Amino acid sequence: MEFPIAGVTISPLALVGIGFLVGILGGFFGVGGGFIAGPLLFWTGVPTNIVVGTDLAHMTGKSIVASNRHRSLGHVDLKLGVVMVTGTIIGVEIGAQLIELLEDMGNVDQVVGISYVIILILISAFTAWESIRAIRMIQAEKLAVKDVIAFQNITKRMHGIRLWPMVSFPGSGIASVSLWVVLGVGLLSGILAGFLGVGGGFIRMPLLVYVIGVPTHVAVGTDLFEIVFSSGFGTLTHALKGNVDILIALVMHTGAAIGAQIGAVSTRFFAGPRIRLLFSALPLIGAILVIIRLATGTEGH
Amino acid sequence: MQVETRKVIRNFIIELVVYGFLVIAYFLLILQSIGDWLTSLYFNNLTVYAIMALVLIVIQAVVLEKVTAFLVERLGLERLE
Repeated sequence: MEFPIAGVTISPLALVGIGFLVGILGGFFGVGGGFIAGPLLFWTGVPTNIVVGTDLAHMTGKSIVASNRHRSLGHVDLKLGVVMVTGTIIGVEIGAQLIELLEDMGNVDQVVGISYVIILILISAFTAWESIRAIRMIQAEKLAVKDVIAFQNITKRMHGIRLWPMVSFPGSGIASVSLWVVLGVGLLSGILAGFLGVGGGFIRMPLLVYVIGVPTHVAVGTDLFEIVFSSGFGTLTHALKGNVDILIALVMHTGAAIGAQIGAVSTRFFAGPRIRLLFSALPLIGAILVIIRLATGTEGH
Repeated sequence: MQVETRKVIRNFIIELVVYGFLVIAYFLLILQSIGDWLTSLYFNNLTVYAIMALVLIVIQAVVLEKVTAFLVERLGLERLE
């Protein structure tokens, strides 16, 4: 099938397949999946500039379906999502400014690439270590609970900050936390997302769990809710620059929407630590893709 | 428990099949009817194209999910939730 905007001919089945794969990952883990969809789209022959914008467009649609499904399962904390979006958007702008600063200094690709790999490996290693500990805790103490966090030091410290105004998030079971902590987490994930040029789902999900103390299932759903806005905003800005082939995005979304539903519903059958353990593989895959890109000098996204 | 799991899986598969058909039909409709118009917009008016791109992807996501939910209820099947 010919896509005149991108100037390529691609099998729609391949696009639906990519969408389906990324949809399952997105629905299950609460990530946009751009780090996998980007290279795959590039591989089908879509020009690099169109890859980023088109990926964001399909991500918007997929996240709407997945977050709506998670919402019906009670996995979305709307209040938390709305508060965090504010911090995230400001953070993305700061991250983008940092990139421009680095561009002026030169060597931006290597600095971003190496930072990306280090952050991804750290997230992967920490999440894997913590989730294995949590699974062992559940097994050893025969706990009949859906979620346990084996590392709560950061959460306790964050909840101990009594900086006005204090807010509650009943949807996440959080009685009282400083608004600045939540905004700060949104800001941090936004800065990293803007700096690394990614949606930031794989950064935000662990931050929600380990820093704010949100249950894993709610973190996945709330992260997807945030992605709706961040990728929607990205779609608009990229489309204005001519970087979105909406026909490709619509075709991809036919697969992504189905995949997102499967992914979202599948979370019902997994306890929080198991979701986090499976999640820990994702940043590692992302890191490997970046290492390959840096080593071969090819453009990934 | 097994009966319940089987029921959940059955309902979900039916929903997915219905959803899949609707999504594919919608996709074909888009390509057939507004594909050329969108391409023309892209080359002639990028601002309108950008707005339409966002609107279309949102509509595709929201409307089809709602329609499927309605159809599954009409089929008399329990939603997974």
